[in-house]
Amino acid sequence: MKRNNAFFFLILLPLFGRAQNDLLKELEKETKATTEYATSTFKGTRLINGQTVETKGKGALEFIFAHRFGSINSGVYNLFGLDQAYVRIGLEYGLTDKLGVGIGRNSVDKTMDGYLRYKILRQSSGVINMPFTVTAFGIAALRTSPRTQDASYDIQLEDRMSYTSQLLIARKVNRNLSLQLMPSMVHKNTVDKTIEANDQVALGFGGRLKVTRSVALTTEYYYRFNVQQGNPYYNPLGFGVEIETGGHVFQLVMTNSRGLTERAYLTETAGDFFNGTIHLGFNITRTFQLKSSE
Amino acid sequence: MKKFLLLLLTCSCLTTLGQKFSVEKSLITFFSDAAIEDISAKNTKTNSIFDLETGEIAFSIPIKEFKFAKSLMQEHFNEKYMESDKFKSATFEGKITGYDAKSTGQQTAKATGKMTIHGVTKEIEVPGTIEITKDKALIKSKFNVKLEDYSIPRPQILWQNIAEAVEVSVDFTFKPYEKK
Repeated sequence: MKRNNAFFFLILLPLFGRAQNDLLKELEKETKATTEYATSTFKGTRLINGQTVETKGKGALEFIFAHRFGSINSGVYNLFGLDQAYVRIGLEYGLTDKLGVGIGRNSVDKTMDGYLRYKILRQSSGVINMPFTVTAFGIAALRTSPRTQDASYDIQLEDRMSYTSQLLIARKVNRNLSLQLMPSMVHKNTVDKTIEANDQVALGFGGRLKVTRSVALTTEYYYRFNVQQGNPYYNPLGFGVEIETGGHVFQLVMTNSRGLTERAYLTETAGDFFNGTIHLGFNITRTFQLKSSE
Repeated sequence: MKKFLLLLLTCSCLTTLGQKFSVEKSLITFFSDAAIEDISAKNTKTNSIFDLETGEIAFSIPIKEFKFAKSLMQEHFNEKYMESDKFKSATFEGKITGYDAKSTGQQTAKATGKMTIHGVTKEIEVPGTIEITKDKALIKSKFNVKLEDYSIPRPQILWQNIAEAVEVSVDFTFKPYEKK
């Protein structure tokens, strides 16, 4: 009888197994290991003045309108800077998901710029484990001011050119926090050797903290290494609030820099942030999808 | 008697294995038509197991694998609405009933079970079709998902951008299951 009971139990055993057999759990076990890529490390291609690791998706055209007011400490006469404005109008296009190309015009020194960015590595976890997203950024800028006839020396086209290379290294630490390092090198063809060198090196630090679904706080700081004695410029520092609505990203910033090309903000930031030489400003972007990203 | 019991035991084991199918091809799409722009996306990375005999089915849709024509839309979908870093996949676990496992040709059936989207689980019942061929099973269904039911927020400024409900189509081709 005992033995029969045991058999009976054995017969029922598969039935118990069945009841516990959770198809969804089985599915999870069966699902092949995948690689998950970090998305939206930053909301746009700009952090404050500088670049982020983000590229536009394939076929997406971004119109960037950025502008900086005069400095807050310029007094009531200038309405705390609001009477002045320095503008950069730019376009960036995603040739592929990784490669982007852009052009722009900044009213500071009447500068034209053209650049390329390429996403070398993508942060991911799973089968491919990669702790960082890395983007290379290269820009050439032409300052068209002053006019040739107004220059104090026989100014040539090459005197007006400057080049900046950056490696942008970012990590999305969690859903709300992203951090970025930006080793940068600026080469200016012609400089005033009494205050600066042709090649200047800086290391940038940046971050973004999401506070709600659509609002984030951002910051950016660049430390310049080989600053010559007598150099009148400051390290660029900025803070921002990012608001996102549909196809627009709206960034409200405070920075001691008024230039919006790499040469200008990295090596020619004229304001002392802690002395109140702070410029309010906006970066407004609108993205248009020209070609399907699929 | 002993032999008989053993036989019974073996048989019962066999039946519990059932006739399981795993997914060969899958296509999940959703579509929302709105005044300003239609929103649609495709996902071909869904995994599923289906038991032909018992009708039990489970599937898991990786949210980040939904592809949109506009990359910015895809970003918003993941970041703002589905929160796919937090809720990585949408799942369904339930049963398909109202079909005959032995007959071929397209039959109508219905699926009932638990749908989990955006971390919210709902009991649902949706209509669909099933077609069983020699070595394949095709399951199709089209149903509406109300965003509110799954606590998926809708944009407030351009609220007309996204309809209250989106139409989801599910299209699976199953093949007999092989243990990997």
